Formats: sequence, C-alpha cells, structure tokens
Amino acid sequence: MTPFLPPELLPVVFAALMAISVLAYVVLDGFDLGVGLLLPQAADEPERDRMIASIGPFWDANETWLVLGVGLLLVAFPTAHGAILTALYLPVALMLLGLTLRGVAFEFRAKASTLADKRRWDHAFFGGSLLTALTQGWMLGRYVIGFDEGIIAIGFAALSAIGVAVAYSFIGAAWLIWRTEGALQRRAVLWARRALWGVALGIIGVSLATPIASERIFHRWFDFPNILLLAPMPVATFALIAGLAALLRHMPLPEDALRRLPFWGAVGLFCLSFAGLAWSFFPYIVPEKMTLWQAAASPESLSIILAGALVVLPIIAAYTVLAWRIFGGKAMDLRYD
Amino acid sequence: MDATILARIQFAANISFHILFPAITIALGWVLLFFKLRFNATGDGKWMDAYRFWVKVFALSFALGVVSGITMSFQFGTNWPGFMEKVGNIAGPLLAYEVLTAFFLEATFLGIMLFGFRRVPGWVHTGATVLVAFGTTMSAFWILVLNSWMHTPQGFELRDGVAHATDWWAIVFTPSLPYRLAHMLIASALTVAFLIAGLSAFRWLKGDRGPDVAAALRTGVVMAAVLAPVQAFVGDLHGLNTLEYQPAKVAAMEGNWETRGHVPLILFAIPDEAARTNHFEISIPSGASLILKHDPAGVVPGLNDFVGKHPPVAPVFFAFRIMVGIGMLMIAMGLGGAYFLWRRGELPRPMLWGFVGTTFAGWVATLAGWYVTEIGRQPWLVTGVLTTSEAVGPIAAGTVFSTLVMYLVLYALLLSAYVATLFRLAKKAKALPEGEGGGNPISLARPVPAAKA
Repeated sequence: MTPFLPPELLPVVFAALMAISVLAYVVLDGFDLGVGLLLPQAADEPERDRMIASIGPFWDANETWLVLGVGLLLVAFPTAHGAILTALYLPVALMLLGLTLRGVAFEFRAKASTLADKRRWDHAFFGGSLLTALTQGWMLGRYVIGFDEGIIAIGFAALSAIGVAVAYSFIGAAWLIWRTEGALQRRAVLWARRALWGVALGIIGVSLATPIASERIFHRWFDFPNILLLAPMPVATFALIAGLAALLRHMPLPEDALRRLPFWGAVGLFCLSFAGLAWSFFPYIVPEKMTLWQAAASPESLSIILAGALVVLPIIAAYTVLAWRIFGGKAMDLRYD
Repeated sequence: MDATILARIQFAANISFHILFPAITIALGWVLLFFKLRFNATGDGKWMDAYRFWVKVFALSFALGVVSGITMSFQFGTNWPGFMEKVGNIAGPLLAYEVLTAFFLEATFLGIMLFGFRRVPGWVHTGATVLVAFGTTMSAFWILVLNSWMHTPQGFELRDGVAHATDWWAIVFTPSLPYRLAHMLIASALTVAFLIAGLSAFRWLKGDRGPDVAAALRTGVVMAAVLAPVQAFVGDLHGLNTLEYQPAKVAAMEGNWETRGHVPLILFAIPDEAARTNHFEISIPSGASLILKHDPAGVVPGLNDFVGKHPPVAPVFFAFRIMVGIGMLMIAMGLGGAYFLWRRGELPRPMLWGFVGTTFAGWVATLAGWYVTEIGRQPWLVTGVLTTSEAVGPIAAGTVFSTLVMYLVLYALLLSAYVATLFRLAKKAKALPEGEGGGNPISLARPVPAAKA
C-alpha cells in the first residue's frame, strides 16, 4: 500500500495509538484488577459475588486493549518488541500466569460445586490480580529507566510495582462506589480513602525517584523553560487528589449523588501520571537505547495497518459504548439467562 | 537441551493448549446461534435449555482461549524475536487485523451474549450471538492467513534480509489458505459435534432424558454424520495441495524414502531416520501413489530427495496416522449414530458409551493434524525464508526451562479443572430447579429493566 502519510510521521502516529491502547488498558483492566485486589476485604461470599458481577461483562474486552497495545508494539516497532520482551522475559511470564489465573477464575468460580471449591477460585482470582498488578508495575519501573541493573533500578522497580497495585486498588474501589450500593458501597468508600493516600505517596515517590535515577529525565523536567511549562501538570495532579480526598470524606452522598465522580477522578489521575511518564521517555521506545524512528516497521506495512485502524477503531468505540450502556447502573447478579 | 528446542517445546505447549479452546468456540458459537434460531422459530423451550447449558461451556472455553491467546501474543516476542525482525512487515498487519476485526468484536459482544439476555431485546441478543460467532471465525481466518503464508509464502520481496510486502492480495490468499481454512473450520465443527454428542450421551446415560438433551444429542450426531465424510474429502485436497508446495512434508507423512512409482500406503511402520528406512512395515501396495496421484504407477517424491532439508520423519508420520485414524472412527460413529437415530429414534447403549468415550476425540485429531503440518514445515519457520533456529531469542536455556515447567503445571491444572467442570455441569444440569435447564419455559419471562445508571 502506498504510504498516505509522510514516512517520518508514521512512527509518531503509531506511538500515539499505542499510548492510547496502553492507557485504555491500565484504566479499564486497572479497575478489574483493582476489584480483584480488594476481593479479600469483602465481608462475605455474596459481597464477593457482587464485586465480581460488577466487572463480569467487561473484563474480557478490557483485557483486549493489552493485546492491542502489545500487538501495536509488535507490528509497528518489531525490533523494540523483541528487545523489550526479551529484557522482561521473566516478569512477562509471571504476569501471564497472573492474567491466566484471574481470567479463568471468573468462570470456574461461577461453576464451582462446593463453597470450598469456590473459595479456592476466589483465592486464584485475588492471587492472579495481585501478581498481574505487581509484575506490570515492576515492568513499568524497569522500562522507564531503560532496564538499568543495580540496586537503585531494582528499588525503583519495586516502588513502581507497589505503586501500580495501589493505583489499581484505588480505581477498583472507585468503580465499586459507582456500581454497588448499601454496605458494600460504604466499604468501597473506605477502601478508596485509604488507597488514595497510597496513590498520593506513590506519585510523589515516582516523581522524585525518576529524575534521580535518570539524568536525562531530570533535564527534561527541570531545565528552563520546561519547568515552568510543565508546572500545571503536578499542580493539577495534586488539586485532583485533594478534591477526591474531600469528596470521599463525605461519600456516599444522599440519593447516591456524584457516585461516578471518584471513578472519573481516578481516570484523570491515571491520564496525568501517564502523560508525565510519556513526557519522560519520549522519543525513546526503548528508553535511552532506541528511538521510535529507529524501531519502526516499513512505511508500507504501517500504512495498511493504519488504514484498517482508522476504519475499525471508531466502530470498536461505538460498540464499546453500547456495551457500557447495556450494563450501566448498579451491578446485578450475573445470569446466563 | 539447547534453548531452541526448549523455546520450541514451550511455544508448542502453549499453542497446543490454546488451540483446544478455539477449536471449540469457533464452531460452538454457530451451534449456539442454531439453538437460538430454532427457539425463535419454534418457541420450543428445549432449544433455549440446550442454549443455556452450552453457553456455559462456551463461556468457560472462551475464557481459557482468551488467557492462553494473550500468552501467545507475548511469546511471539519473547521466544521468536527473529520472526518479527525478518517477516514482521508481513505478519504484523495480519495480526493487527485479527485484533481489530475479531478480538474486540467477540470480547465485547460476548458480555452481551452471556449476561445480556434480560437486559436487551431478543433480537439484540440474537445479534450479539451472531457477532460473537462471526468474530471467532474471523479470528480463525486471520491467524490461518498468517499460518498459510508461513507455509506457502508469496507477495513479498527481501530487502537487506527483511521481508517487505509487495502484494497484499497475494499475501492473504496464498495457495494453501483455502484448504487449511476449510480443514480447520470443519475440524472445529467435528470437535464440537463429538463434544456435544459425548456430553449429551453422558447426561442421557445418567438418566437426564429431557427433550433438550435429546435435541442436543441429535444435533451432535447429525453434524458428525455430515461433516466427518466431508472432512476426509477436504483433507485429501489439502494433502494434494501440500504435495504440490511442500513435497518433503508429504514424503514424511507417507514415510516414503525413495522417489518412485507404485508407492505403498503404509498403515503402520517405525520410520528409522538414521538407517533411512522403515521397520515393521504393514502396507497396501501402490496405495499412496493411488491416493496422491490417482494412478498406481504415479511417482511420489521421497525423503532422500531432501536430505538435511526435510522434517523429522517419525513425529509427522505417527501424528498423521493418529489424525486419519480418528477421522475414520468419526465417520463410522457419525454414520452409525445417524442410522440408529433414523431407524430407531434413539441410540443403543454401547453407542452412547462410545460417544462418551469420544467426547474429546476432536481435540486429539486437531492436535495431531497441527503437529503434522507444523512439524512438517521444519526446519523452516517460513518456508524457504527463515529457519526456526534463526528466529529464536537470546534467552538462556535455564530461564526458558523454568518458565516451561511453570506453564506445563498451569496447563495441566487448568485442563483437568476444565474437563472435570464440563462433566460436573453435565451431572448437575438435571438437578437444576425448573427454569434453569429444567425444561420450563417460564424462565423466559423478561426483561427485568436495568437499574438506572
């Protein structure tokens, strides 16, 4: 296919598509995984059923964004895909173990014959969600500072692992505030309050640690005039955290007012953090080693994917909205009939 | 063992585990649609009960297919970085189109299909079922496009050792695609036919003799009777296509060492690659020449024409016989079952137990068939373009080994949980209260309005 964009622009377009996919993934599967992380906090089995019912119709499509993100990396930046995934071989394998356990636990727990059997799959659900969240955070930490070895890099990856798990718990709790009612909803407000502290600490930790760990990133943020131009980002982040903290102190509100707000606030925090990270390592696709342009596939191949993506992505968006409307409102018991 | 062998075993373990579930969901989606349409047309609750039972099997199989498929999308990069470096410009867009046109479609509408019955109008639910079935089939189409290109590549040129697309039409519609696609779709249908017949026979034998069980059993048996003979015909065409484009693979399948006429059809033998001969051979004279060339004197290529460039003989040879053997059994059982249903209206007890015993026969045949074609392509990963050993990554053998053990343990656990769950669902189905598979159409009262968002 004849390229219909300047060849040097294509890698940027694909990096943007990939960024959108990964952001969609961490927000969407983030709340699924967060609900999984909160599962042991539930009071009893009906509450666990309700929590899982709230994500049941969504998780599969949510997870597909990961396949698209990795798929775009694979097809648009094949050499980077090989370099990144071989560097992260072990955490990827563990993440896949976690995703597998979590994904099958949905179905197996629903078909369990005894309560003990169901509890086993509940544990698999929690364990899988935890393993997935931690390994994703670990990989993010390794990725951001270019797969450096050494104690600082490992410490940073550990910090990032915990940070991502806490962030997922927060968006999971915010989702439950929106999608559940009664005692469970009140408990979800408590979980969200606690997790928000962790999120704030995590954001501060990563924001301080990244420039210390990488000189290049330090200059990207703190050289003049960047420091002035970028100032609104941390300011907005902390305003949002303060606003969410104030809101959560008073929730649930009469008539369930503003029930969606914590979730969309969490989405806002995810977007801001994501933008901060993206700014830190652009234009590298493998930080410090390979830029977007060095890793890109041939323009003919990128063009034919882009043509398809431009047609299909709006359709995907449309039927995703349809599914969200059909399964809007408070979670109900999941029934096949 | 070296890292290439371990990486191959790991990928083979994962892809073998994965294919079990698409082999079910591809065809089961359409069977569910059939149940739904029969219900829409007749209003007979038995079809809806059959739907409700089999949609649970579908949901479970789908989940296992999704998680193992995600593992595969990562293993392309972790195990075979050389594959994407060399042919990423071809493979990439094909995989991207699979994600864009199939994965999102099936994943999104699956939620509506599974949990939306009481939330959406009937036609939307039927439409969601159509889209899920269509999505699984599209997914099969794209992945078989890529696989067929790896077997019979065309429509590209090599520049600085990297493949660049020159003709997308040629890349998508390679010579082996029509045969491979038809063979795989029918394989999926047969896997589902025997799964449905097997579990329904099991329920019947356990005294669960509702009209829904009879209807499902009949559906499975009729599918088997019609499709098993068709599959033999399509498989033969696929073999002739392979003979044209990958003669070394056919030589290994037939266990034929010398290029000559009057090549016998070997029923059993132990191929010996070191001595380049077969031991304990039992064969039908001129049989292979007759099948492959439609002439007893027809010249069939032998392995000695491809010394050093042909696949390992024994695995291809035996896997092919397992596949064909099960295929013959399927034809016999399908036709026999259809005969009894036609003449007597029910199956005799031994035949019912026979179907229980062959519940997963489709899995074995499908795996054996894939081993024939994939091992048969060796030493190439992409025929004539890239060898498997060139594509392997730099991961240490120890690391690959430890993750391989992890995957094997996980898959063994999941597979036993899956099979146990299917039979437990079958046992439990009768015990369900009225309206949950108990044959009572009252459960069709709906819809409960969704709570306001």
